[in-house]
Amino acid sequence: MLQSKTAVIRSDLDIVIARTMARDSAKLLGFGAIDQARIATAVSELARNIFLYAGTGTVTVREVEKPGRKGIEIVCEDQGPGIANIDVVMQDGYSTSRGMGMGLPGAKRLMDDFSIRSQEGVGTTITCRKWRT
Amino acid sequence: MDSLRIPILKIGDILIASIQVALHDASAVQFKDDLLQKVHDTRAKGVIIDLTAVDVVDSFIGRLIADIAAMAGLMGTRVVLTGLQPAVAITLVELGLELPRVLTALNLEKGLIVMQRLTEESGDAAV
Repeated sequence: MLQSKTAVIRSDLDIVIARTMARDSAKLLGFGAIDQARIATAVSELARNIFLYAGTGTVTVREVEKPGRKGIEIVCEDQGPGIANIDVVMQDGYSTSRGMGMGLPGAKRLMDDFSIRSQEGVGTTITCRKWRT
Repeated sequence: MDSLRIPILKIGDILIASIQVALHDASAVQFKDDLLQKVHDTRAKGVIIDLTAVDVVDSFIGRLIADIAAMAGLMGTRVVLTGLQPAVAITLVELGLELPRVLTALNLEKGLIVMQRLTEESGDAAV
């Protein structure tokens, strides 16, 4: 079992560190080059959201299993302002910052499972998984 | 903190920048500024950005590349993107970033041919 790893996001440099960590873990778990790129890109989007909207937070990568399948789980947590309307932020093109509004819906498309828990004024936790084929 | 600078080489009328490192946001923005300044200073007719060594292009970098192409276009300079890895092309499209207005070529060599054709087409009539 791969040990879980956590990257703390405080600056734009940490976004690169988090996605490199995710890619390395995906590689160790046997994901191919294209899935490694999908996972690294999704983590890049989610880590950037932490940096842009919450300032600080964490990205944790761990191995997960379900009957007959192995995968990787990414948990992104922050104590930022939270998301008022999750349905709205999941729309393509919606953005409150200088991004293109591709971050959350894009990350969701790159991963297999994707869930958001968020409370205004408390923070946001995004959990996503990719299963090995 | 100092951001990492991407070297920009000039060959004839063309500028070539090969990105060899994982770009963080600040160094990517620095690259955009450096490149546009160099286009202005050298009056380059074309710019090739080679991404052969880049394994992740997220929405921030993707947008920045589209911006560079649009901005250089406003200055009268064409941008060709070369060497996109298959995994990068797949993730960009899945992410929803198809960069429809950015010219691309399979590799640097083909990029140079495309660039030659483009700069010949635009000719020296305007000079």
